[in-house]
Amino acid sequence: MTLLLKNVTYTFPKEKKPIISDLNLKIEKGEFVSLIGKSGTGKSTILKLITGLLKQALGEITINGQPISLGDVGYMPQKDLLLPWRTVMDNIMIGAEIQKDLQLTKEDARNWLKRVGLIDYEQALPNQISGGMRQRVAFLRAMLTGKEVLLLDEPFGALDSITKKEMQAWLLSIWQELDKTIVFITHDLEEASYLSDRIILLKQYSVEEIEVPLHRPRHADMLHSSELVGLRRELEKKI
Amino acid sequence: MRNFFKTYGLFIVFMVVALIALEYLVQSDIIPAFIVPAPTDVVIHIIENWRPLIFEHLGATMLEFAIGFILAVVGGVGLAVSMFFSKTIEKMLYPAVLISQMIPIIALSPIFVLWFGYTIWSKVAVTILMSFFPIVVGAYDGFKSTDKDYIELLRSMGASKRQIFTKLNIQMAFPSFFSGLKIAIVYSLVGATIGEWLGASEGLGYYSRRMSGDLNADGVFAAIVILTIVGIILFALTAMLEKRTLRWKETE
Ligand SMILES: Nc1ncnc2c1ncn2[C@@H]1O[C@H](COP(=O)(O)OP(=O)(O)OP(=O)(O)O)[C@@H](O)[C@H]1O
Ligand SMILES: [Mg+2]
Repeated sequence: MTLLLKNVTYTFPKEKKPIISDLNLKIEKGEFVSLIGKSGTGKSTILKLITGLLKQALGEITINGQPISLGDVGYMPQKDLLLPWRTVMDNIMIGAEIQKDLQLTKEDARNWLKRVGLIDYEQALPNQISGGMRQRVAFLRAMLTGKEVLLLDEPFGALDSITKKEMQAWLLSIWQELDKTIVFITHDLEEASYLSDRIILLKQYSVEEIEVPLHRPRHADMLHSSELVGLRRELEKKI
Repeated sequence: MRNFFKTYGLFIVFMVVALIALEYLVQSDIIPAFIVPAPTDVVIHIIENWRPLIFEHLGATMLEFAIGFILAVVGGVGLAVSMFFSKTIEKMLYPAVLISQMIPIIALSPIFVLWFGYTIWSKVAVTILMSFFPIVVGAYDGFKSTDKDYIELLRSMGASKRQIFTKLNIQMAFPSFFSGLKIAIVYSLVGATIGEWLGASEGLGYYSRRMSGDLNADGVFAAIVILTIVGIILFALTAMLEKRTLRWKETE
């Protein structure tokens, strides 16, 4: 599995200047790649392009050489977008309702809820749980679409730092366990450095790729390692 | 219950005071009884004639109302769905739906008598005409109000237009649909009554007209009071159904 973006240029309808111009990106199976960059540099737009939601992009976006189409990847949008009339359980089951060939039982779903500490909220409505819980539900919904590629748009943006650390550890373990390929957006440079194999730094007129010098598996102790602290400083300067 | 009094307490006090004042004004001949009857006389009229009023006339009006309202809901929602899925149908019929609302229905009603005679169907037709518009517009605008971000989310999962409709648009349409439905249910009752005014042999509209011919103000007001009470009950039932359906909104 390879996710490939080749000379991708995208201009929003009615806009003159492209928001993404001539982007090239190659992401291999099992990689964890983070997109960072100032607000408005087009990070969310790149994820939407990969899902196939934005039509009329120039260039090629392929998975294994096949042009991408809707339903090929798991996507967690920047806003959690939980359906307010559905319970937590029914929200995470929606992928299985839409794609009938997806084998997801409520029992599986329950096990996942347990793993993110939401088992007591199975029957709660989205408005009855906290922002951080909602993000976890939205994350599960994307993950339980069962797709190999997961696109996560600031999944931990609204979490307090302790929950965030927990979720990071948890994400790393799932990523390894299920052998997912992840494209991850964050504003948190420490988070990007800690989680990723590679960081893509977007600026208005350029794209830079930076390899993360930490070995796998990652461990919370590494957060204070000189490599990570150094990388974070470097990113701060560049961004 | 406490909430109920908080909301309607002042109104109830106002009504009671107004009714007592009216009673006094009529009893002491300041207002002649053939213009506005004393509230107690209206109540007495209802009690004395309750059998024909309820079984014969209210029954007839409710049947016309029910048939008309159900047909308007089925047809109105059907049309709203068709317009939502087909731009052609929307362009063709939405203006017609709008214009139908501009026609003075009272003026149109004799045509229904011409078409359907003095059968129940002339009243049903007026009922439908009165309630169709708020139902179609409520449902159609509701379907269209669906947030684009939610649609994108479902599309990213590979959802078909039909799946998006059943899982998203319908739910999103409920608030606006119920706003229309609450108006429509009250209008339907008015429609049935107007239909009866134009020619009928039973029903509360017919009854009030006959009483008016006899210069019996008690009788006219008796029919109006019953219609008002029924209207309030129907509205309240719809509001309750709305609350049940949109329970998730309350937690917001
Ligand atoms: N539908 C649209 N039409 C026109 N312009 C748009 C549209 N959607 C987004 N944009 C613009 O494109 C730019 C990039 O948006 P995008 O959401 O991809 O940025 P981002 O890097 O994800 O920012 P943030 O970090 O704030 O989430 C923004 O300037 C935004 O105003
Ligand atoms: Mg964004």
